Amino acid sequence: MAEKLISKIPEGPLSEKWTKHKAQLKVVNPGNKRKLEIIVIGTGLGGASAAASPGELGYNVRVFCISDSPRRAHSIAAQGGINAAKNYQNDNDSVYRLFYETIKGGDYRSREANVYRLAEVSGNIIDQCVAQGVPFAREYGGLLANRSFGGAQVSRTFYARGQTGQQLLLGAYAALNRQIAEGTVKSYPRHEMLDIVLINGEAKGIIARNLVTGEIERFGAHAVVLASGGYGNTYFLSTNAMNSNGSAAWQCYKKGAFFANPCFAQIHPTCIPVHGDQQSKLTLMSESLRNDGRIWVPKKKEDVMKLRRHEIKPTDIPEEDRDYYLERRYPAFGNLVPRDVASRAAKERCDAGFGVNETGLAVFLDFSSAIARLGEDKIRERYGNLFQMYEKITATNPYKEPMMIYPAIHYTMGGLWVDYNLQTTIPGLYAIGEANFSDHGGNRLGASALMQGLADGYFILPYTIGDYLATQFKNPKTDVNAPEFEAAEKAVREKISRLMSIKGKHTVDELHKKLGHIMWEYVGMARNEEGLKKAIGLIQDLRKEFWSDVYVAGNTDTFNQELEKALRLSDFLEIGELMARDALNRKESCGGHFREEMQTEDGETKRDDKNFMYVAAWEYKGADKEPELHKEPLEYENIKIATRNYKD
Amino acid sequence: MDFKLKVWRQKNAKAKGHFEEYEVKNISPDSSFLEMLDILNEQLIHEGMDPVAVEKGCQSSGPVSFDHDCREGICGACSLYINGRAHGPDDEVTTCQLHMRKFKDGETITIEPWRSKGFPVIKDLVVDRQAFDKILQAGGFVSVGTGGVPDGNAILISHETAEESMDGAACIGCGACVATCKNGSAMLFVAARVSSLALLPQGKIEAAKRAKAMVAKMDELGFGSCTNTRACEMECPKHVTVSHIARLNREFLSAKFKD
Repeated sequence: MAEKLISKIPEGPLSEKWTKHKAQLKVVNPGNKRKLEIIVIGTGLGGASAAASPGELGYNVRVFCISDSPRRAHSIAAQGGINAAKNYQNDNDSVYRLFYETIKGGDYRSREANVYRLAEVSGNIIDQCVAQGVPFAREYGGLLANRSFGGAQVSRTFYARGQTGQQLLLGAYAALNRQIAEGTVKSYPRHEMLDIVLINGEAKGIIARNLVTGEIERFGAHAVVLASGGYGNTYFLSTNAMNSNGSAAWQCYKKGAFFANPCFAQIHPTCIPVHGDQQSKLTLMSESLRNDGRIWVPKKKEDVMKLRRHEIKPTDIPEEDRDYYLERRYPAFGNLVPRDVASRAAKERCDAGFGVNETGLAVFLDFSSAIARLGEDKIRERYGNLFQMYEKITATNPYKEPMMIYPAIHYTMGGLWVDYNLQTTIPGLYAIGEANFSDHGGNRLGASALMQGLADGYFILPYTIGDYLATQFKNPKTDVNAPEFEAAEKAVREKISRLMSIKGKHTVDELHKKLGHIMWEYVGMARNEEGLKKAIGLIQDLRKEFWSDVYVAGNTDTFNQELEKALRLSDFLEIGELMARDALNRKESCGGHFREEMQTEDGETKRDDKNFMYVAAWEYKGADKEPELHKEPLEYENIKIATRNYKD
Repeated sequence: MDFKLKVWRQKNAKAKGHFEEYEVKNISPDSSFLEMLDILNEQLIHEGMDPVAVEKGCQSSGPVSFDHDCREGICGACSLYINGRAHGPDDEVTTCQLHMRKFKDGETITIEPWRSKGFPVIKDLVVDRQAFDKILQAGGFVSVGTGGVPDGNAILISHETAEESMDGAACIGCGACVATCKNGSAMLFVAARVSSLALLPQGKIEAAKRAKAMVAKMDELGFGSCTNTRACEMECPKHVTVSHIARLNREFLSAKFKD
């Protein structure tokens, strides 16, 4: 099966690969485009743009989302910005520099050719969004404004206040609406894909549940595009939206699409901590706060205990009794170390018993010295909206008292394996945005998720999908009465009725929280062989408990959010196991994946380039069978491999 | 904290709805309103699990359905009418950002769906807001395709104009304005989009046509007309103001004038 992992990376110099490749891609003439049908799953930045652009080209597109409107996809929640190598600031930015910083930020575990192309089209994205009427921030002279972001030496991040994701999504959603009005795209809100249908081994349609009526429906096409996001909610608590899930991608995996680097999950250091067991999700506080905030915990355990009992306030603790542990451990970068490093350091202090809230899982992010230096007004001007959001959630005034923060799961770099054309190992099935694995390696840089979603949907997929569809226009419309659809629908119905008939004693959320605890404990910020093996056993047991003792309230033929959650959890219970297996296999530390056995003397990540410089692509082998590992070697022809260093 | 809840229950669009009363106990003041509803739902599911209780007449309608997703105030999915106010008693927040410390211990809280002709109830507290998508499909875009556009810096926009446009673009499409308006008008929602685009050179070209098409669609879909009560701006969680309605009216009149 190894021959399935053909990356199709074009020959030739890096900077000419995409241009040459485009010239070689087949195109479909306009008359034939009208005969071809594409299904797009998801309406975030990737899905909305990947539905609108082929619609404009004349294809017939059906686009599905689980929300009541395409505009609610989780891309909407991205705050900070979008990177593009425009060099508008004259600070010597270039396509190469953006490419290089992305590869380095990903700790040398992403594909050179894909990342270079991403950097190459990044400028077009900004032009496109401006033309759509996205109100990017402007300088007083009328030019586009930029800000700086982590992991970059230049200022290349474009933004619209703290709502960049919202504004870019509204742009893509408007492009989508225009095509819906033109009749090239048909929109199916409140529809959830429950299976992918293959005919002769190629993706030819989906089975979806109408979430309002509960009807199981069949949709055929000539190709299917998956833009369904990541699987961060495996952990129950994350910064993902409540309904974000990995199920659509997981059905593709179970039908033969390889799943790549599942263990690469990003943990963001600055989130509002868990307040207790009634918590449903976590809220991110922007990375930019670390520019002026100092992170600390008390040096003395007795102060910690007093804080937890609310006997003292953080401001009562004198300067000499505070441990500014990032400044202590990383004098060169201090509070501005990368996300994975800052997260692990917070965990280390809390594990040692220095967590500052009742749950013991929080550290301080303190602005008092910045306020003393710059004044409260200046801090308000820089971070006012974030401070207001923090105060609404916690009822604490961060101008007077330090914020409390703790790391949380934020993004998954792993996803469906795709080749240079963004096609999975199933012909006719494409995966874009967070749903694929290709661009961010072991760690994603801030402001790059938006860039990838729109690059894939506006400028890459519309070209590459034509290469496949050019072989399809002679085929008639896919017949949804084919036996393959029949079988897939039957399997979906059986799964649902099996779930409904268990009538056990545990609610879906109770079991999801249990999974979350296992994942966070053993497949979280620090992982080791013993813990990962334990996690695999615990997840398997929990899966058995789920299938024998879950209670799914309500009926199948109505709007039923409990059933939606149960179906998604059934997949998270399998995804979690694959994440643990992948983490167990990857006996090195890189990016967000930290194996305790593989660290330097000072507790930093230690890569093993000799043995692990590859993409781990997993092939499904059947229920309760071990998946098979395939390796795509990573070759760096244009970049010198180095170790990341933040100490000096 | 303990609360008494009066919650609107409605099986589907056709069924007649009614209020049911529940009690929830030991709610953390730090819990969000939706987390409180999660706890209620866990309680209702457990009641429904118990066959003895059900036989004895426990009238469980099962968990309460409500729309929600990002839970950080930006996706616009959550949509509850709480004690007679869209998104509840706090200002400039969505329901998901409302916390239980804003209520009194022991208080009775009434929870209803958006009630408007334009937003039929799907189930319990969930309403159908597809009308908003349809209004935007009628013209809430700039007619440009992918590719073939000028460089981003070729279009100069003053800082102030970009900021003003962003004020309208901040609309999250939740529908609080419609739910609050005594006429069930979607004017603020329509105006936010029309005005945001009309301010920018890219959107100005089609501004009058856009205004006319979107207002016509709004009327067609059964939303009421605007009588300038300004209730919508009071309840808008994103502080979209009625100044956008004034700009919509200008564009609308200019379209009429051209006719």
